[in-house]
Amino acid sequence: MKLKETILDPIFKSNPITVLVLGICSSLAVTVTLKGALVMALSVMIVCGISSLILSIMRNTIPGRVRIIVQLVVVAMMVILVDQILKSFEATYPIDKQLSVYISLIITNCIVMGRIEAFALGNKPIPSMLDGLANGAGYGMILLIVAFFRELLGSGTLFGLQVMPAGYVTNNLVILPPFALILLGCIVWVQRSIQKDLQEK
Amino acid sequence: MEYISLFVKSIFVDNMIFAYFLGMCSYLAVSKNVKTASGLGVAVMFVLLVTVPVNYLLNKYVLGPDALIKGVDLSFLSVIIFIAVIAAIVQIVEMVVEKFAPSLYSALGIFLPLIAVNCAILGGALFMQQKEFANVGESAVYALGSGLGWFLAIVALAAIREKLSYSNVPPALKGLGITFITVGLMGIAFMAFMGISL
Repeated sequence: MKLKETILDPIFKSNPITVLVLGICSSLAVTVTLKGALVMALSVMIVCGISSLILSIMRNTIPGRVRIIVQLVVVAMMVILVDQILKSFEATYPIDKQLSVYISLIITNCIVMGRIEAFALGNKPIPSMLDGLANGAGYGMILLIVAFFRELLGSGTLFGLQVMPAGYVTNNLVILPPFALILLGCIVWVQRSIQKDLQEK
Repeated sequence: MEYISLFVKSIFVDNMIFAYFLGMCSYLAVSKNVKTASGLGVAVMFVLLVTVPVNYLLNKYVLGPDALIKGVDLSFLSVIIFIAVIAAIVQIVEMVVEKFAPSLYSALGIFLPLIAVNCAILGGALFMQQKEFANVGESAVYALGSGLGWFLAIVALAAIREKLSYSNVPPALKGLGITFITVGLMGIAFMAFMGISL
């Protein structure tokens, strides 16, 4: 069934980060803690899903020449909405000041624009929305894997709860931004060892 | 004196690539050889230098609290204004360069229009807003420094990748995987600059 492939493919077989190499820009700095990664992953899922839905509904009325600007405006509107919603919960659930910069940067996240160009403008609204959500989920999954290792090894906690035994010495290298890239390289390595057809010559 | 400190800091300590991962997509895609990489690097530097001060003025005199009309805070519109300004300026820069420097235009080629959606440019504007600079000069120095840092980073990676194509990398790690790890190691090297203040 085609709908099932639309949902499952972006999560494993054509994952936006490890296979299509899209959207690395705004993602890696938010993976120091699982909480930040989860907020970012959900935001990208929502923005990607709903802007795909909106643009897919409008796809027959947008003139080809101005479509990029229309896409930017719709995506920017969604991002502002998400940002404002997060800000309104800031008192009860405080998030990093830096995270809010990366939330704004979802606008230029290539996953959102890429999926709209490649899928939403040529397909019906419901599959487009699912494609957007699934790509957001595939992105979020990689984010959570990276954040899991970084928070576990870097602070000895998961979601802020202590899991490592009391004597654990935290590894400060893992907290540094470059380590996220090395972890990502390892994830790509594992995935390409399993899926041999992805290997580059 | 603060200008020099800010300049050096934005090149090395707050490097767009290694500290914030901004502009990573084009960084990975266009770093296969040094010549195209430096073309893109120059284009990014140039566009940053133009857009950050303009966005700074807009942020200070139009969007900030009480800036345009007393009691009105338009800062929630900043993202959409920034991206519109960037898209417009990229378009203008493209036309000006095409008219007055055709050789530079053909050298930059496709990179110039693509820069409008490069996160380093929007990121530059957003960090400028977050850092709350005192005047336009500071924001221009910051823009020049971050652009230069981006340029250095992409040229360095392209040079490493040119050498890397001769080495014997495990098949599953070839291409993307080893590039990620290379960038990570370069980032750790750049960490050595952390904490420098002039």
